[in-house]
Amino acid sequence: MTSLLAELRGLSVSYPTAGRTAFALREVHLDIAMGERLAIIGESGSGKTTLALALASILPPQARLAGRIDWPGLARAPVAGRDVGFVFQDPGSSLNPVMRIGEQVAEGARRHLGLGRSAGLERALSLLQRVRIPDPEAALRGYPHQFSGGQRQRIAIACAIAARPRLLIADEPTSALDMVVQAEIVRLLDGLVREEGMTLVFITHDIGLASGFADRIAVFRDGALVEAGATREILAKPAQAYTRSLIAAHIDFASPRLIEPA
Amino acid sequence: MQPLLAVENLAKTFRSGGRRVTALDDVSLTLGRGETLGLVGPSGSGKSTLARVLLRLVAPESGRIEMEGEDWLALRGKALRERRARVQMVFQDPLAAFNPRATIASALADPLRIHGTAGRAERPRRVGELLERVGLSPDLAPRAIHEVSGGQRQRVAIARALATNPSLIVLDEAVSALDVSVRGRILELLAAIQKTDGVSYIFVSHDVAVVRVIAHRVAIMDAGRIVEMGETEGIIREPGSATARALVAAVPRLHR
Amino acid sequence: MSFLARFLRSPEGVAGLLLLACLLAMALLAPVLFPRDPLSIVGRPLIPPFADWSLPLGTDRLGRDVLAGLMHGARTSLLVGISAAVVALAAGAVIGTLAGFAAGWLDEALMRVVDAFQIVPPFLLALAFVSVVGASLPVIVLAIALGAWTGAARLARAEVLSIRERDYVAAARVIGMHPLEIAFKEVLPNALPPVLALTSVIVAGAVLTEAALSFLGLGDPNTVTWGSMIAEGRNVLRTAPFLSIVPGLGLVLTVLGVYLLGEGLVEALARKRRRQ
Repeated sequence: MTSLLAELRGLSVSYPTAGRTAFALREVHLDIAMGERLAIIGESGSGKTTLALALASILPPQARLAGRIDWPGLARAPVAGRDVGFVFQDPGSSLNPVMRIGEQVAEGARRHLGLGRSAGLERALSLLQRVRIPDPEAALRGYPHQFSGGQRQRIAIACAIAARPRLLIADEPTSALDMVVQAEIVRLLDGLVREEGMTLVFITHDIGLASGFADRIAVFRDGALVEAGATREILAKPAQAYTRSLIAAHIDFASPRLIEPA
Repeated sequence: MQPLLAVENLAKTFRSGGRRVTALDDVSLTLGRGETLGLVGPSGSGKSTLARVLLRLVAPESGRIEMEGEDWLALRGKALRERRARVQMVFQDPLAAFNPRATIASALADPLRIHGTAGRAERPRRVGELLERVGLSPDLAPRAIHEVSGGQRQRVAIARALATNPSLIVLDEAVSALDVSVRGRILELLAAIQKTDGVSYIFVSHDVAVVRVIAHRVAIMDAGRIVEMGETEGIIREPGSATARALVAAVPRLHR
Repeated sequence: MSFLARFLRSPEGVAGLLLLACLLAMALLAPVLFPRDPLSIVGRPLIPPFADWSLPLGTDRLGRDVLAGLMHGARTSLLVGISAAVVALAAGAVIGTLAGFAAGWLDEALMRVVDAFQIVPPFLLALAFVSVVGASLPVIVLAIALGAWTGAARLARAEVLSIRERDYVAAARVIGMHPLEIAFKEVLPNALPPVLALTSVIVAGAVLTEAALSFLGLGDPNTVTWGSMIAEGRNVLRTAPFLSIVPGLGLVLTVLGVYLLGEGLVEALARKRRRQ
């Protein structure tokens, strides 16, 4: 039995709106094992992003949280940026457009690991190499707009892992990118968490993408957990009709064509 | 037989911050009636620019487009506005594709009014018919666009494209922003419309697996050029170009 | 939550609304409570305020009722202020939309006209215009609008330049909509909110400009205005300061009310945007 990093017990998140309370997440029980790659699958409105924000304790201030998140795998309550790294969907808006790449990547390392300026830049350089940015020395002095969408997402990943977090949360990190770049980013994330022994929570709407690398899958719908389990089991024997419909809706080269050959 | 659309040697470069970016480089293709051509490529490959050139939203530097035997790039002013009925478009983000103040009824009545397809008194009935054709209840007509779900909105966008009885609809990443369960339904709707109306589609996407489901032929684009074009299944089975190989390899498969 | 409910939650907005409601009531009730011409003589000259209860705010040098003047003056101030703002905003929005939407030479030409107007200080422009054409209410409204429309035009143009690139404008072109219809039906209504936020600044400026013109004797001589009352009181500023202070307070409260109301509206709009 592997040890647990986090335990979600009856976790609910709600937003007060015009007289009534809208639940974004309802009574979620979920364990996250140390070192696993967990995929959170859901469509829009499923609460998957809310779950990611709650795990990283970066929910907006008006959100109300009930239930608990325990962290048996950490000695203390997690610090965002230090113990939990976060990769957002759109690297165009998560990176600061007027700050040099080197300083942005070094920032987390300097703040949380107490590195000095030059040590921070050295760490940034090695991180940019790890996320395979071409010519990392030059990239340190560059600005976000000089990079393509896929490279920006690599830089955002370098920022997220700068302080050696135990948990890396990636919220739809590839849905703004094309498929070739998506495959590269997924391979990169997968490799990084293996090498560093990090835990990965990967939020996506694409069950096929998740099935390629996740150890476990948790399916969400309308703010509730539908089912969770080992990837192989969920895909082979989905217990819930909704999971079956998601699997059926996946389109790959085995899907039936809708046209007759011309 | 004369093709519906014949594109020859299109070229287009953009200038961005002093640099010249080639968006289209010697692009030629043809499209038959009732046929779907998939346009696939990585981002920045020029597929969206090609779509916008075909819709006369962007002017190419050189090249020719023949649409139903007519010089499509020579049309100007009123003649162009009238002929626009023949070529319609569905955008990626259905929320951004409608005026934020529009209701479903007003969005669908606009093309009917502009092209004189239906008189004022007849329009509500025609709007209802259009909604039914895309699988929506006519009762939705008075709703604001932002009040309905993403899938319903994309159906309204398809209804708007159908309102002018076009012979070609350009679908620019029309299912990419939709939830997976909605995506399949929209693809089924598009295929059904083609079967009954014989409309042609140009289906722009970065996902070859989705293109395979709906497109008879596919053109693979990279850096503004068509690097490979042919029958969809054939290209997926034996991709000839590096771009096509990368696109095919990138499709996530279900690992059961 | 409705827009009204959000608006009512901002204290500035409510204060501004109350102030302007009082001023509007004054303006509307003036002909009912004081049916006589406010320029007519009703009593002894220079009665101080609160001395004679039939003339609560006293009389001026010629024995005219100050309260009647104040209330009829509110009419002029609000009428000129609001009309000038409407004219300036309408002209600015239309010209800005055309410039932003047409691009090319028309944009260049229209923006150079805007520059030409912005080089001249607005008050001098109004002054010159009124002294050449002659003083009457419509001329004064036009004169003030001449100096105020350029801000609205610049803002509308900037907004249109960004909206022009949106998908729904492309969609309107694809269905064959006429460019003018696209400009005024699809683009302009969506470009308006930030332009309308200028209303309070323009109305307040217009009220002050009108008062300044009247103070210099360039107002319509047949209507009472706060500016002309202050000018009138200036001659006896030491002996009867109330003659200048009363209409001056009217001006202060009007401008304050307009600003507070504008602040409340902008805040309610911002809250709406945050929720989306």
